[in-house]
Amino acid sequence: MKYSTLLLVIACFLALLLVPFGVGNYSVRLATTVFLYAALALSWNLIGGFAGYPSFATSAFFGLGAYVAGIAQHHGVPMAGAWMIGTMACGIFSIGFGAAILRLKGHYFAVASLIVAEVLREIINTSTSLTGGGMGLNIPVFTSNPDLFGRIFYSAMLALMFASLLMTIWVSQSKTGFALRCIQQNEDAANVLGVNTTGYKILAFALSGCIAGTAGAIYGSWVSYIDPSDAFDILISVKPIIMTLLGGPGTILGPIVGAVVFLMFEELVWRNFMTIHKGLLGLIVVGLILFLPTGVLQIRRSNSRAWSQMRAWIAK
Amino acid sequence: MLVPQILANGLLLGGLYACIAVGFSLVWGVTNIINMLHGSFIVVGAYAAFFAYQTLGINPFVTLPVIAALMFGIGYLLQRTVIRRVIGATVLITLTLTFGLNLILENALLVAFKADYRKLNLAHPLGVIDVRDYVDWLDVVVPVDRLVCTLVAVILVVAVYLFLRFTNIGRAVVAVRMDGRAAALMGVEVNHIYAITFGIGAAIAGATGTLLSVIFPISPLMSSSFLGKSFVICVLGGLGSVPGVLVGGLTLGLVESFGAAIVGSEHSLTISFALLLLLMVVRPTGLMGTRAFQ
Repeated sequence: MKYSTLLLVIACFLALLLVPFGVGNYSVRLATTVFLYAALALSWNLIGGFAGYPSFATSAFFGLGAYVAGIAQHHGVPMAGAWMIGTMACGIFSIGFGAAILRLKGHYFAVASLIVAEVLREIINTSTSLTGGGMGLNIPVFTSNPDLFGRIFYSAMLALMFASLLMTIWVSQSKTGFALRCIQQNEDAANVLGVNTTGYKILAFALSGCIAGTAGAIYGSWVSYIDPSDAFDILISVKPIIMTLLGGPGTILGPIVGAVVFLMFEELVWRNFMTIHKGLLGLIVVGLILFLPTGVLQIRRSNSRAWSQMRAWIAK
Repeated sequence: MLVPQILANGLLLGGLYACIAVGFSLVWGVTNIINMLHGSFIVVGAYAAFFAYQTLGINPFVTLPVIAALMFGIGYLLQRTVIRRVIGATVLITLTLTFGLNLILENALLVAFKADYRKLNLAHPLGVIDVRDYVDWLDVVVPVDRLVCTLVAVILVVAVYLFLRFTNIGRAVVAVRMDGRAAALMGVEVNHIYAITFGIGAAIAGATGTLLSVIFPISPLMSSSFLGKSFVICVLGGLGSVPGVLVGGLTLGLVESFGAAIVGSEHSLTISFALLLLLMVVRPTGLMGTRAFQ
């Protein structure tokens, strides 16, 4: 990675870190949500955008991270330590689970990844003594000062987003990114040419899982209450996909741009149409898939297969 | 343990499960689209039957063909207008599209019917059959409404099989499933067949909903559980084959009822999903060995 890129990223991070001192708590909360969404979109982009594997497992990692960190905090682990435990648990889980299901392709992989969240949700739902089951889990709040509280989580999510961004830049410029793009374009050919496809897929899946798990862990402390249907909501898996498609899959900044645009939509809809917001979200999803499948940032990848596929599709 | 009773429960449930999944499996196998709307279609059918009985007093078994016909029209039009545009796209695009459509339908159902559970209570309950009255040593009780619904469900599944086997349109559907391009060259209008397939999927879903409304309480929130069951059954039995769905449905029914008896009914969902994951890793072609496109 070039030093100039690194310096630019760090400068952006420091500048954004100062924002909460100038604006109200609502804006801080909204910005924290943007960072959360952007981190999830960047996480999905690693496996879905670079490697082209249609993963619907984001909510599984998100919920697992939230629950592991939440339970750890219940047993007296300090917040930051609990987040790390949550991240590690998701890393281990995603390696083991990835090794099992990354051999599947296309529809089978999509369904398998979709079902993981359901399995985890049911397990957590039924092990009431440890997780609180359907009653949910209260996570201790460390301060009653709303300004400090908001700023801590703003900084934590911001840091997570920038960590994910740096990881994405590293992946995209390293051999790993090259291997993942090869897998996306033609996995068999990549395999024949000596790319360790299984290893790189598992690596991408594990990185993706770690980011989503950390996001879940921070989210749990932020809202200080999680329940199985909330933490493993399938929308947590689908929203990052929408954001990434909106911004441009396989790009570096695409997921972040997509997250900002998506949250603006969502906030408008959510504020004005409370009872039908899910339906309107569905309309946005359908409209996006039908009319804007290449994303708003149509940069890079102009030669890639996905691009030509989509062009052919539009012409259809 | 009451093994014969558990076996009977499992088989009764399994027949219904086959009917829940047959349309989903057909659509997945033929058009290569994972139809996330499937669960909501079942709920639509269930509510149509509920209100037809509640307000007009028409018996659900009489409304069943009407609901199926209406759902066929809805499915056909939906495929022709919206879903047609993503045929052949990657699973990410097709699945996300149907997911978005499902969000719209689910929200509409929730606004229209609220999240309350409702139950269709027949004015003249059908009662139960105590098998002991006929066979001394067999300690089994069978509720007649379940028995009738399961029989109708199995008849529907068999009807789909016969339709695919012995009618011109059915054979065209099979041809498109085998090789869409070759079928097109042979003069099959592929887009029409896709829409018919989707329509049949929706029609069977609506009919299943009608049957389920007689047995279980219904709510818009149940659609995702029907969808989950369809996934499991399809993977269990193998995609796109009707006998596979029947085997998958009966297997799931038996697994769930024995699982509920052995480890408790709260774990039955975990068992079936864990079974699905295990099977995908070990034997992704399903018990019957048919595999879809990828």
